Amino acid sequence: MTALGGVWSAARRLAVGSALVLPLVGCAGGVDTVPGSSSAGTAAEEELTGQVTVFAAASLSDVFGTFETRFEELHPRVDVLVSFAGSSSLAEQIRQGAPADVFASADLATMASVEDDGAVSGSTAFTSNSLELVVPVGNPAGVTGLADLARSDLAIALCAEEVPCGAATVTLLDAVDVEAAPDTLEQDVTSVLTKVRLGEADAGLVYRTDVLAAGDAVEGIAVDGADDVVNVYPIAVLADAPNPDAADAFVDFVLSDEARGILDGAGFGAP
Amino acid sequence: MPRSAGRRSDRSTPRLSPLVWIAAGVALALLVLPLAALAVRAPWAQLPELLGRSEVVSALTLSLGTALLSTLIALALGVPLALVLARSAAWPVVPRRVLRALVTVPLVLPPVVGGVALLLLLGRRGLLGGPLEDAWGVTIPFTTTAVVIAQVFVAMPFLVLAVEGAIRASDRRFEQVAATLGASRATVFRRVTLPLVAPGVSAGAVLCFTRALGEFGATVTFAGSFPGVTQTLPIATYLELQRDPQAAIALSLVLMVVSVVVLVALRDRWVPGTTA
Repeated sequence: MTALGGVWSAARRLAVGSALVLPLVGCAGGVDTVPGSSSAGTAAEEELTGQVTVFAAASLSDVFGTFETRFEELHPRVDVLVSFAGSSSLAEQIRQGAPADVFASADLATMASVEDDGAVSGSTAFTSNSLELVVPVGNPAGVTGLADLARSDLAIALCAEEVPCGAATVTLLDAVDVEAAPDTLEQDVTSVLTKVRLGEADAGLVYRTDVLAAGDAVEGIAVDGADDVVNVYPIAVLADAPNPDAADAFVDFVLSDEARGILDGAGFGAP
Repeated sequence: MPRSAGRRSDRSTPRLSPLVWIAAGVALALLVLPLAALAVRAPWAQLPELLGRSEVVSALTLSLGTALLSTLIALALGVPLALVLARSAAWPVVPRRVLRALVTVPLVLPPVVGGVALLLLLGRRGLLGGPLEDAWGVTIPFTTTAVVIAQVFVAMPFLVLAVEGAIRASDRRFEQVAATLGASRATVFRRVTLPLVAPGVSAGAVLCFTRALGEFGATVTFAGSFPGVTQTLPIATYLELQRDPQAAIALSLVLMVVSVVVLVALRDRWVPGTTA
């Protein structure tokens, strides 16, 4: 623990050092760009400096990458660092004292577990995700709907119940009364997608955003009832955030209309 | 201590430098301390309840069964490969190095990549797996067979290299003498070569078994994860980590205890001399 703490504080010192250098660079080009983006910031926000460490669920990789770029354009003196991993892993790191400022989880339960430990007081739902059937290109098994997940002659890949996408899968299949015959219960949504992409699985259930992000590599089939079973994504500033002002500003950005547009484009739903 | 006794032991085993002792101590700490932390943090009271759970029992049974089968296959195929590899010392440089590299590659490959490679070969759309399914309707992914194949792929190189080292270290003149005395090739192998390299074979088999028992990446990629069919104990542990970290610690403890028990039991049975 102490050794890790040492590494972290060393990393923070380094970050502070680079934050001291960055403003010099940022000021030169920032003078004429700031008035153009005046709609996004008050005078107080423009004084934000330092580093913001954001822990975000793996499914948010694409959109939070865009958020990071945009936020740094709006606040040139702030350096955003995003760490992507499974929500449960991130929650465990936060419990072990990782010096993060912001946590965005892929489900309410994980955020609640962090709140129970006092690392967060109060979170805001900012988006949601729903499940979609995914099949290999050309749909070789002729899958049409959730009922096909019960066919034992097909190779079916689903998320394991222990992870958020698996919990959503169970709820959805219960709601539509389908008893699935999975051949594998994967440890995350990416693994399901990989099995389908390679044609090993004839069908799988993944998030709509994953189907969109995979592009032409797979085909998605929207299913009835999926909109009723959504994973809500909450975001929160951590109680021990090293840079609470910038963290607040980042969360405000994630809740802004501009961020909403980016989320919509990636297939995320309303909170 | 009598002076003469001290001198005699000095002559037979030179004293190790303090630096060696320090480095060895650090090495041991690096290996043991994380496991000690695991044992300290483990919810011991939860262990009996966990061990009684049917999914834990089935994962443990599957792990032990597949690892044992993988080791037997690796013995049957890996010892001959080790013999060839040892003889390759007499070959030209290029084929000799290529063969050695081919045997070693799975050791340095990240297991997940190994799993993808197995899918590309034996998957339903794989180079061999595709024709296999078309011709006989046989599919390998998502079956216990796939678990064993993944384990053999990842663990057999350990056995091959250990056995090969033992063969090269053994004195070939014993084999030559046995042959001149009229022993057949099979008899020479069974009565002379095998006993000579037995410690290497058993050490290789133990390495192979424990590596197979802990296999995660290649298995979960190639075989998937389904309780009772492909969900081995390491996979079950990883999944439990997402839901209940305390239970996952207890499960990893089970894996650790089983490995240690198997190691101790096997070593005593196969090579009585090595533990004395």
